[in-house]
Amino acid sequence: MALLKIPITSDDHIQGDEKAPITLVEYGDYECPHCGRAYPIVKRVQKHFGKRLMFVFRNFPLQEIHPNAESAAEAAEFAAAHERFWEMHDAIFENQADLSLPRLLELAKTLRLSVPDLRNALTGRQYASRVRDDFLGGVRSGVNGTPTFFINGNRHDGPFDFDDLVAAIEAFAE
Amino acid sequence: MSQILGPGTPAPDFSLHVTPDQKLSLSELRGNPVILAFYPADFSPVCGDQMALYNEILSEFKKHGAELLGISVDGVWCHDEFAKNRHLHFPLLADFEPKGEIARKYGAYRHGDGFCERALFVIDKNGTIRWSYISPVAVNPGADGILQALEELPK
Repeated sequence: MALLKIPITSDDHIQGDEKAPITLVEYGDYECPHCGRAYPIVKRVQKHFGKRLMFVFRNFPLQEIHPNAESAAEAAEFAAAHERFWEMHDAIFENQADLSLPRLLELAKTLRLSVPDLRNALTGRQYASRVRDDFLGGVRSGVNGTPTFFINGNRHDGPFDFDDLVAAIEAFAE
Repeated sequence: MSQILGPGTPAPDFSLHVTPDQKLSLSELRGNPVILAFYPADFSPVCGDQMALYNEILSEFKKHGAELLGISVDGVWCHDEFAKNRHLHFPLLADFEPKGEIARKYGAYRHGDGFCERALFVIDKNGTIRWSYISPVAVNPGADGILQALEELPK
């Protein structure tokens, strides 16, 4: 079974209690339709387990098939540098149908982030290495498509509907 | 699952179509490591994922000087369409006529089904298999095993 090789650290984007007994890590691509489908499911799973679960999102953009995935990931990292990662992460998934540059800039504006700064960060590829590090770490851990979930460090190979994820998590949490 | 060729075995040579008018032989690539990825079929969603994933990791494979070859029993026209659709930047070989002949030589042919196993081979620069792995057809094996095998190749 594939295991998460890159430990969770304070550099990660984390929601929930860092001492929670359950960790759910998603390697995701903002332009991937399956990740878009997983987005509200993960929210429900988080609600279901409450304080018992910590959620981590890592970048895994498949640039060749999703031309806007990389810039969306870099935009989310830009937001992270301004303490607004999750707002941007959510805004991107909620607007997945159009992740063009003007749209990303618009999302930044809505979140009261500096539009010129984001534009410069994207043009200068300021967050590209961060995204690539996530990606390569994912490859090392056996990420084999998007989304790939790890539950307490073990790759979840099955489907990811709400009931499937809850059952898989409960199996590990026992 | 089939019994695939293991480490230490000389990799059987082949010459297969990569485009309608072009063939590629394994022996042409001697001098560089080769990653041979057998997969069941173009356009099945799982395969798309596997080939799309490798496509994104080509630069890591290149760091080891390695060439990646995808191989299935699909014909050249199908491969061509698949590669265009997924923007693949590596060759897809057509093990089409006689069907699955090369897959059989590597032990990576599913006789009942008539298509390839999801089997990976890392071949060293001298043409010897150094690592091989067979995955259940429904499970995309990812790329961690390939990268580790490339790192462990003798220089």
